[in-house]
Amino acid sequence: MKVLAAMSGGVDSAVAAARARDAGHDVTGVHLALSPSPASYREGARGCCSLEDSRDARRAADVIGIPFYVWDVAERFTRDVVDDFVAEYAAGRTPNPCVRCNERIKFSVVLDRALGLGFDAVATGHYARLTDGGLHRAVDAEKDQSYVLAVLRPEQLAAAMFPLGDSRKAEVRDEAARRGLAVADKPDSHDICFIPSGDTSGWLRDRLGDQPGDVLDESGEVLGTHDGAYQFTVGQRRGLALQRPAADGKPRYVLSISPVDRTVTVGPVDRLEVTRIECGTPTWCGEPPSKSTIEALAQVRAHGEPVPCRARVVDGGLVVELLEGISGVAAGQTMVLYDGDRVIGSATIDSAA
Amino acid sequence: MAYLDHAATTPMLPDAVDRMAELLGQVGNASSLHATGRRARRIVEESRESVAAALNARPSEVVFTSGGTESDNLAVKGLYWSRREADPRRRRLLVSAVEHHAVLDPALWLAEHDDAQLDLVPVDELGRTTAEALRRAIGKDPEGIAMVSVMWANNEVGTVSFVAGLAEVARSFEIPLHTDAVQAVGALPVDFAASGASALTLSGHKLGGPVGIGALVLGRDVDCSPLLHGGGQERDVRSGTLDVPAIAAFALAVEIAVGEQAKRSELLAGMRDDLIHRVLAVVPDAQLNGDPRSASDARLPGNAHFSFPGCEGDALLMLLDAQGVECSTGSACSAGVARPSHVLIAMGHDDERAKSSLRFTLGHTSTPADVDALVDTIGPAVVRARSAAGK
Repeated sequence: MKVLAAMSGGVDSAVAAARARDAGHDVTGVHLALSPSPASYREGARGCCSLEDSRDARRAADVIGIPFYVWDVAERFTRDVVDDFVAEYAAGRTPNPCVRCNERIKFSVVLDRALGLGFDAVATGHYARLTDGGLHRAVDAEKDQSYVLAVLRPEQLAAAMFPLGDSRKAEVRDEAARRGLAVADKPDSHDICFIPSGDTSGWLRDRLGDQPGDVLDESGEVLGTHDGAYQFTVGQRRGLALQRPAADGKPRYVLSISPVDRTVTVGPVDRLEVTRIECGTPTWCGEPPSKSTIEALAQVRAHGEPVPCRARVVDGGLVVELLEGISGVAAGQTMVLYDGDRVIGSATIDSAA
Repeated sequence: MAYLDHAATTPMLPDAVDRMAELLGQVGNASSLHATGRRARRIVEESRESVAAALNARPSEVVFTSGGTESDNLAVKGLYWSRREADPRRRRLLVSAVEHHAVLDPALWLAEHDDAQLDLVPVDELGRTTAEALRRAIGKDPEGIAMVSVMWANNEVGTVSFVAGLAEVARSFEIPLHTDAVQAVGALPVDFAASGASALTLSGHKLGGPVGIGALVLGRDVDCSPLLHGGGQERDVRSGTLDVPAIAAFALAVEIAVGEQAKRSELLAGMRDDLIHRVLAVVPDAQLNGDPRSASDARLPGNAHFSFPGCEGDALLMLLDAQGVECSTGSACSAGVARPSHVLIAMGHDDERAKSSLRFTLGHTSTPADVDALVDTIGPAVVRARSAAGK
């Protein structure tokens, strides 16, 4: 097969590319340039993408012995991931940009282009398994990335290749070192890639400006003020800067965000617990479920605990009834349904109660 | 393998390789006063004389540098600084809109950091800077102009400008004109004295010499502030221990390339015309960019530059590369990301046309088989690239 290996410059995608090559495929490495150049003249020599990551990817391709190119997907990434991220926060929601990137960039723009250019598959360094035509959790539970891939449709998964799904991260690092890949001990990335400082709040403030409003308790009493509701996410405790302690002396958490009247409502931890989650249109990773009610495990965060649930489609949206309550569920997050280790599908959360 | 990217770099001439290899094992700092130093110095001076003779310049006008980028930086910054020092009103830089980044970026840097004002001189739809355009640009404020820079031949679309006519305009206002002749030397007749330019850039690896060596031919009467300060080599304009083996190999390559220029250019232009003809036969809607005339005062003999409507240049490049056909998309940043070429934009083309372009350049090792390889692969590659772009 002709395989296009998306190479971020990290250890995982480098080993994934090497394994695809070892499996006998005709592999070409591609680094995706995601951020646009800031000035028209500079045409991207500075800051057009992390030059260091691009170089690391190129060097890994050299060592593996595959051709290497950089693809500029900055325009689409900015529109479909970065702008979406800002808009979601502005709307009081909590987006997952990695999910959006997989959905709209890696397995859409890049996959389509690859197929158009004659490639049969796109390989990435994600930790997930594709077996029996279905998407499954990785062997390494700590690294499992099936959650951020659950947004992929069957035709996208059919052209995807995840060579690391059966391995543990430590094995991948060892293998990288054995292969002579310099990225073997490169630290894992945790931050949002387009916010290298890690200061999401400050980054959002630069884009959305000050939007001062009130922090209320559930009765509507004003407890304090804030500079912008986008600084908060449901379930957040720190950074509230409340003037007065709660009557019961217990810590208070963000319960809801209303960007229209710029209010942030806080309350005690037990008010965070939800059992019913309403979502938008679901995406099924395989055949749509045949039964009207699906018994499944629900997961609402990349590394959250899965909890048993009953889910059904109501008026095109997904409604999930949890059999035990969970906390900190924000609109905009992705709901993923699992059958054991197999991913059934996903949907974006609209509301929870 | 069909190497169609000689404008990026062309193989070293075997004689230049031999000359360099022979000298790499020899000791000698050309600034030393003893016999070994004098021997090294003699090689440098003979090389200087040989470069000067090939370009009809005086030996003292040849300043050896590390290559095209340094020569361009030295000309733009050095002339700006010295001219402004002589008269503080001189803050304007007139630079053609299609210059290489080695000229554009130092000019931009001076504008951002050193009080200069950068004015881009527009080009016509073929990419040529005309004397009228330059005269108009100068005319606004002749006393305020520090220097003018217009390339002899464009590295992307191959368009040749009439430098002597431009230099005459500049000279009539007593303004120094620099010309980046990196693509021209060895490909076109280049006569420094007759051109009327005050400074001229050439580079070793574009004409069969080594990478990392070049020269700025700097008129005897032209004052130019140095970028590199130190031992005072090269008229005090370019300090640094002279690279004797590279200089000797460079000078030999210049001598051979210029000596064989007429014959080789005729050969390359013939092959290039065949390439253009046959590519247009296979892809009838391909658009030739730059001057369609084949004459050496119109277009570089080894240059063919097309836009392929509905394709992305970098996708086409990848498909051709996989078939062993090597070419270039206009310009690339150091991360390897293709951006729409400022040259095509300045010629009045849109982003679409700029992004769909590819450059094929022939050189001294090119054969008709290279053209055959391109003609055999370009058709299917264009079909494939169009489907990938969804067109």
